[in-house]
Amino acid sequence: MHDLTFWSSLFGGALIGLAASLLLVASGQVAGVSGIIGNLLLGQPGDGAWRLMFLTGLLLAGLAFALLLPSTIAPSPRSLPVVALAGLLVGVGTRLGNGCTSGHGVCGMSRLSPRSLIATSTFVMTGMLTVTLVRWI
Amino acid sequence: MKRSVLQALAALFAGALFGIGLAASGMTRPEKVIGFLDVTGDWDASLLFVMVSAIAVHFTAYRLIRGWSAPLYASTFAIPTRRNIDLALVLGAALFGVGWGLGGYCPGPGVVSLGSGTAGAVVFTGAMLVGMFVTSTMDSSLQPKPAILAIKATDARRRHLM
Repeated sequence: MHDLTFWSSLFGGALIGLAASLLLVASGQVAGVSGIIGNLLLGQPGDGAWRLMFLTGLLLAGLAFALLLPSTIAPSPRSLPVVALAGLLVGVGTRLGNGCTSGHGVCGMSRLSPRSLIATSTFVMTGMLTVTLVRWI
Repeated sequence: MKRSVLQALAALFAGALFGIGLAASGMTRPEKVIGFLDVTGDWDASLLFVMVSAIAVHFTAYRLIRGWSAPLYASTFAIPTRRNIDLALVLGAALFGVGWGLGGYCPGPGVVSLGSGTAGAVVFTGAMLVGMFVTSTMDSSLQPKPAILAIKATDARRRHLM
């Protein structure tokens, strides 16, 4: 447990919750990142402006942190082919399951949605199993 | 200012705030995410506190605005109403979890890291887009297409008449 960053986790989490609330109050939309990306590319046209702006905000935050506090954005410890396989699975899984850590884990759980509760427990469990298996191999 | 402009500005600000939250909480460091999923090893519980804090804030905000008839800059709320648990939900979440554990990235931190230009994030988001595209294409090819079915039915009737 020596890696636990308690206060920055609580602080960052609160900002994530505030951001999701702002998007809901202003646009009436759920801050689910996989859905925002997926529906920007594959959804109905005419609904894309706010999605594009939200994603631009995420990218700008990444750029700002990379310039000002580069240690906060680290590469994955896994090799690029494994990261590619991971991306593919995340793309397929979030599309099939209608959401990811933000849409189900934060927004859906906050609404006490039964679908999000099932999804979140499922992906946390398979994620833990995967990390355990990878360490054994 | 026009409502559409305000809506876009709010989305930009929300995205930036979301990204700052992810980076500030260490979620743009994949080894930290993998550390949270490594319950049988050297467990790092940080992500749990990120989630609890985010949910506490958003749960409260959601309760406060639940009675509103419309959001500030749009005509309706677009909140999912489905409650059924089906195979697609469980299978999709299971596959997402495997990918999450393999790379240490989920979509949000993937996009934020893309803004920094990290090679892994570029590969991750590229592959994720391919996965999303393939799934949507397959999904829509599995659904019956009314127009095509109608043509086939007409063909069958014509053949029957001949």
